[in-house]
Amino acid sequence: MNATTVSGRKQPLLYRLPVISHFRTSVGLQRGMLVTGLVLAVLFLLTAALAPIIAPYGFAQLSDASGTFPAQQPPSPAHIWGTTVSGYDVFSRVIWGAQTAFVVIIVAVVMSIFLGVALGLLSGYFGGWLDRTLVVIADAIYAFPSLLLAIVMSIVINHGQSSFWGGILACSISISVVFVPQYFRVIRAETIRLKAEPYVESAKVVGASSVRIMGRHIFKNATRTLPLIFTLNASEAILTLAGLGFLGFGIEPSSAAEWGYDLNKAIADASSGIWWTGVYPGTAIVLTVLGLTLVGESMNDLNDPRLRGRKKAGSKVPAGGPGSTAGAQAALEAEARMP
Amino acid sequence: MTTNIDRPGTGSGPVLDIDHLKVTFATDSGDVFAVKDVSLEVNPGEVLAIVGESGSGKTVTAKTILGLLPETATSQGAVLINGNNVITVSAAKLRQIRGRDVAMVFQEPSTALNPVYTVGWQIAEGIRAHADTSGHKISAKEAKARAVEALRKVGIPDPETRVNYYPHQFSGGQKQRVVIAAALALNPGLIVADEPTTALDVTVQAEILELLRDLRDKYGTSIVLITHNMGVVADLADRVVVMYQGDVVEEASSRVLFAQPKEDYTKKLLAAVPHLGRNSASEGMTERAHQGGKVLVEAKDLTIEYPGRLGSPAFKAVDGVTFTVSEGEVFGLVGESGSGKTTIGRAIAGLNRTTGGSLKVLGYEMLNFKERTFKPLRKEIGFVFQDPAASFNPQLTIGDCVAEPLIIHSNPSPAEARKRVGELLESVQLPASYADRFPHELSGGQRQRASLARALILNPKLLIADEPTSALDVSVQAVVLELFKEIQQQFGFACLFISHDLAVVDMLSHWVGVLYKGKMVEQGLGNQVMGNPQHDYTKKLIASLPVPDPDEQARRREAFRAVLHS
Repeated sequence: MNATTVSGRKQPLLYRLPVISHFRTSVGLQRGMLVTGLVLAVLFLLTAALAPIIAPYGFAQLSDASGTFPAQQPPSPAHIWGTTVSGYDVFSRVIWGAQTAFVVIIVAVVMSIFLGVALGLLSGYFGGWLDRTLVVIADAIYAFPSLLLAIVMSIVINHGQSSFWGGILACSISISVVFVPQYFRVIRAETIRLKAEPYVESAKVVGASSVRIMGRHIFKNATRTLPLIFTLNASEAILTLAGLGFLGFGIEPSSAAEWGYDLNKAIADASSGIWWTGVYPGTAIVLTVLGLTLVGESMNDLNDPRLRGRKKAGSKVPAGGPGSTAGAQAALEAEARMP
Repeated sequence: MTTNIDRPGTGSGPVLDIDHLKVTFATDSGDVFAVKDVSLEVNPGEVLAIVGESGSGKTVTAKTILGLLPETATSQGAVLINGNNVITVSAAKLRQIRGRDVAMVFQEPSTALNPVYTVGWQIAEGIRAHADTSGHKISAKEAKARAVEALRKVGIPDPETRVNYYPHQFSGGQKQRVVIAAALALNPGLIVADEPTTALDVTVQAEILELLRDLRDKYGTSIVLITHNMGVVADLADRVVVMYQGDVVEEASSRVLFAQPKEDYTKKLLAAVPHLGRNSASEGMTERAHQGGKVLVEAKDLTIEYPGRLGSPAFKAVDGVTFTVSEGEVFGLVGESGSGKTTIGRAIAGLNRTTGGSLKVLGYEMLNFKERTFKPLRKEIGFVFQDPAASFNPQLTIGDCVAEPLIIHSNPSPAEARKRVGELLESVQLPASYADRFPHELSGGQRQRASLARALILNPKLLIADEPTSALDVSVQAVVLELFKEIQQQFGFACLFISHDLAVVDMLSHWVGVLYKGKMVEQGLGNQVMGNPQHDYTKKLIASLPVPDPDEQARRREAFRAVLHS
């Protein structure tokens, strides 16, 4: 009985947090992928947080004490990654761009999670005409190319003008229009599955209200995959933001630094041998997306016991873990002792 | 057709020789020793049963014989089949051994067959994977002819036509016959049958056991039978190996084991097996008890239909059933899968709608069911679900789960709720401290007790127990049933006890109803229905139930044949 008491306890909260618990269960290549992803993601977060300290100039700064910045200047001590055609400092804009990307991800994903989860729960639990209508709408949204939809939303919301928050919100809302159906679908499918679980039926039998069943029994069990979708969507959000910026529907350069916009302005430079205006923002996009995707994909693999790699059996002496036969035996004996 | 297939291992040595087998699984929480040290052998033409409860390592042992262990497992020792050590041979050699020397029959016939291919194709697949004696590839035509032959052997009528059927065109028992035919196709010396009848109804089980016995008698095939059902063992096995926690506890011939078990574990296991006719709840009763009290459930010509797909008629799950459950009475509802027993239970709890006739639950007519008007009555009804693992929210503690009905209906203070939960847990013989545990930290039997505590926390007048012990091991089942009986006497609630197991129903119920295809074919006192069944179906049902005693079972088998042929 002791064995079950001790081994069955929940681990400390720290070890149960999404990324940390994943790290602890990973081995070999999977751990390598996760660590690479984490390093890139943390690098991105740090850059975003410390942008005012790291960046030598502001994102819209065109001159300093020594005068106006020269345009299309190759990398030099004053401008370590050179300057763009408009005279912006490339290094500063790439650093500030991380901050923009971060804010957009948070706003977009948070908006879509709240809406998607709420709609998914209601739709999955109640079914009927509400469910059918929402599913049709979600399908209709799916049918549009996501970038096109984001462009349309951006025009509708933004009307072309953009302050910092105006631009950020416009981008975030256009991205969340694409993401809400994803969260909606995932949560709805989980809800429909959980609705038939005996513990939900058991709550129904004792007379629990629908709100209570959804809040207490379904919500917590249906949202366990959300950290995973969050990371995968975060990288998609960056791509959509960059796409919008590249096509000219993003944030104005005077409101915020944005990688997609910088890439757009670098098109003409590429053919004239000016490589630094395109390479750095491009690399920033690639590395950030790669990092977030690696974290997401590793979490996906580690969540699934069939995909998760394990240390070979017999490689170390076990200390009577929860699954060990000693524990099971103790439980069984305890069971048998009870008259 | 079958004579030209080579038949290795027809010598006098054992067909299978397992020597000091150890299997270890790597899991997240360290290594698990699933099989610790198992040695056994199987002689030609012998049926060896490996019995044990869940977690005893019997299935792992069986899978090792065919080299089917997952990557996370490492095995040591030797598993010799015709001189080949399955653990160490190359993958190519292993493929040769599979099917030709040893074949497997799986537990669930409906998932062991691929739904998009004909059964003939699936049987032929195994035949064509192996060359014949002269080393030539077998033509598709010949393989099909052999598949027909195999189907004939397992008693599928009209095999020439049926060979082109898809799995869904067969019933569950016939599907299992097809699976056995596929295993037999290459005439292996050894068949490993992993719980071959567990997913089947008891009447079908009797037929499959009959078939396996025939195969052994006619073709001399050795069978390794993995099962937890002692009745099946008594019916079929020559020799029995009892496993517990990855070790062999006892090995003896079937007759000796049942008559004089040596080890304590075996004795306990055998004592826990419910035995039809022993320990009946209605023993000595001559008329229905508790008829003075109020009638809590009254069904009159109750009909429950499930709507059919477009164009097909509705499916009648329950068809004109009439019965009553009075205060304090335990009503046992028996039937095979698809008989409508669970549907009736769920309808009483308001989980299914009734579509015809009348069903009055505590005076409420379920035909006009509205959740809002029924809700006040819900506190009078408790429900115990089949699978204790799934009926608790994994995110809540046992205390929260058990207290839930109380919180919904009477809104007590946390201290009151806690006190009441503690009382209830103690009355189901769990320590009150278990309230702080999570469901996964409890064993199956403990969870089912907690489930009972949850059902009883509001002191309901009526309890519906839907197969409450069928997911449990037999020794745990015995303890839970005993507890159930005690608590019923102590609390005095009325109970609708639903089960497919006649012996279990008889142990608990005063009055028993037998359902067959949605119709109540017979009801009466437990001891009368079991002892002197009137309806043909009940007779067949009772005759097909194997009892854990080889001699008695041999007699019953004869009686069953007589019932079948009459």
